[in-house]
Amino acid sequence: MLYGFKIALRYLTASKTQTGLLIAGVGVGVFVFVFMSALIGGLAVFLVQRTVGNIAHVTIEEPARDPISLLPQSAGALVVEQRATSQRTQLRTADAFLPLIDAMPGVAATSPQIVGNGFLVRGLITAPVGVTGVETAKVSAIADIGKALVDGSTDLGNASIIIGSTLAGDLGIGVGQVVRLQSDRGVERSLVVSGIFELGVDALDARAAFVSLSSARTLFDLPQGISRIEVKLDDLNQAEAYAARIAAETGLEATPWTAGNAQLLDGLRAQASSGNLIKAFALVTIIIGVASALLLSTYRRRPEIGIMRAMGAGRGFVIFVFVTQGALIGILGGLIGAGIGYAALSPFPVPELAPPGGLPVDVRQGAYGLAISLTAIGAILASILPARAAARVDPVSVIGQ
Amino acid sequence: MSTLLEVRNLVKTYGEGEGEAETRVLKGLNLTLATGELSALLGPSGSGKSTLLSILGTLMQPTSGEHVMLGQDLTRAGDRDLTEFRNRHIGFVFQFHHLLPDFTALENVIFPAAVQAGRETAAARARGRELLVRVGLESRMDFLATKLSGGQKQRVAIARALMNQPELVLADEPTGNLDRASATQVMALIAEINQNEKTTFLISTHDEKIAETCRRRIRVADGKAE
Ligand SMILES: Nc1ncnc2c1ncn2[C@@H]1O[C@H](COP(=O)(O)OP(=O)(O)O)[C@@H](O)[C@H]1O
Ligand SMILES: [Mg+2]
Repeated sequence: MLYGFKIALRYLTASKTQTGLLIAGVGVGVFVFVFMSALIGGLAVFLVQRTVGNIAHVTIEEPARDPISLLPQSAGALVVEQRATSQRTQLRTADAFLPLIDAMPGVAATSPQIVGNGFLVRGLITAPVGVTGVETAKVSAIADIGKALVDGSTDLGNASIIIGSTLAGDLGIGVGQVVRLQSDRGVERSLVVSGIFELGVDALDARAAFVSLSSARTLFDLPQGISRIEVKLDDLNQAEAYAARIAAETGLEATPWTAGNAQLLDGLRAQASSGNLIKAFALVTIIIGVASALLLSTYRRRPEIGIMRAMGAGRGFVIFVFVTQGALIGILGGLIGAGIGYAALSPFPVPELAPPGGLPVDVRQGAYGLAISLTAIGAILASILPARAAARVDPVSVIGQ
Repeated sequence: MSTLLEVRNLVKTYGEGEGEAETRVLKGLNLTLATGELSALLGPSGSGKSTLLSILGTLMQPTSGEHVMLGQDLTRAGDRDLTEFRNRHIGFVFQFHHLLPDFTALENVIFPAAVQAGRETAAARARGRELLVRVGLESRMDFLATKLSGGQKQRVAIARALMNQPELVLADEPTGNLDRASATQVMALIAEINQNEKTTFLISTHDEKIAETCRRRIRVADGKAE
């Protein structure tokens, strides 16, 4: 079939302008496909990053301990359970589980925390604050405080506090100044502001403060145990699987980030389907374009096809010649479209680093291989109809006496 | 001389069962060709010469009748077998040459061998060159078909028809489109090849002068041959 390949190639190179235009058309379709893949993928990364970038992927807490019902279920009695309020939910067994979770492949970081609420007081100004006590080495483990720092450092001594920029502005304090923290357990301490961060998330910048785990222990009157463990994963899309696994292995309550972000996930799914629709249209356009161009070419070459048939070329040979043309157009157009797509997307920063208002296209998500193979397959399918038409050419009717 | 091909009671009706007016072109035609013959097929335009050549060349099935060549019954063969038979045993020369326009003279000549082998072999190229030398086109081998004159194209077509050393060459008005000088040249070439290689030629023409250069003259009239 080497010979059929030669003829196909010759046919394509014989009308360079026509072939060039056809390949360019296919290339444009592939470019649209690649660009849409990168845009939809990039948007998803961007939005998820925005939403999930500064929160835990999995949060581990003590399961709520509801009173055990003494009445059997079948008794037909209406049972009202009242949530136990005599105990604070706290993780007593964290020390045993932490190394286990840390050792799981795919777990990027864990952060045992004590959380509570309080007020920051400076002079006559008070501001409500959500306080998170973290291990001093793990300040940036969940939200990247280190990167978001606008002043000071992330060093947390036993008498220091890191606060958000809005909060600092409200209180009119800067790094090195002292502020008083009243916890909701009635404990009050003076702390030195060691760092100010700006994450760009209002709720955090105006309401969050970080202290060391030991400070939090005193502030929230929790001599043992912790409130929760926050976990960051290498791949945030695996959160549900990891949450299920952690829950199964520890018996604790593990909540993936997706549990509280159903709307975002719905939005991403809708976005992905509209992207797929556009990609499908691009492919259909390619198929129609290739089919019509080849059909035109078979029509124009009817006398030649007839003569080849008369000279002993079988129907299979004729089909091969035209399907090969389709395949070559598809592969070339695919390579060119994907290449230009890659070149056009490369200058854009990855969505994780995209500046606000920038186009969050993701050059890594261009689906180049898929675009090229689908185009090649599409072009081959598109060439089957013209090829069969060519194979049916009756030599006698086209040779013309 | 041995019999190369024989047709008996050949009938060809166009438009049969297609709701159109039926045209019965061949009406029980009988014809026998012996190996090595050089025959002219004479008859006015519309008498059915091209129809007969198409059937003899297995490009068209007769409505009825027998068609045997080289001992094979060709009326009952399928498309695949006929294609291969044509490729090995029959060469064609048409009035309008019908070379492949995007290929060189040499590439056109070796087409029948290449399509059989699946590639252009060195042996095929050597034979193609030899044939082009024979038809006087050694200086035009690598010219595109479109860059040749009418007489040159027809000589390339003759070389192509001879490529696979067929037993039979069918030529449908090969000189119909040529001036007198080129026509004489082409006929001389055919006569020479027939003489040297014992290839059987059947040449349709309505030109008595051309027919005179052939040893046998077959006339088609009223759907029969005489
Ligand atoms: N495909 C066809 N359909 C219908 N009639 C045809 C067809 N081909 C040829 N004919 C008719 O058959 C007759 C013989 O044609 P043809 O074999 O071409 O004659 P010649 O080659 O001797 O001029 C003509 O009357 C022509 O109109
Ligand atoms: Mg004719």
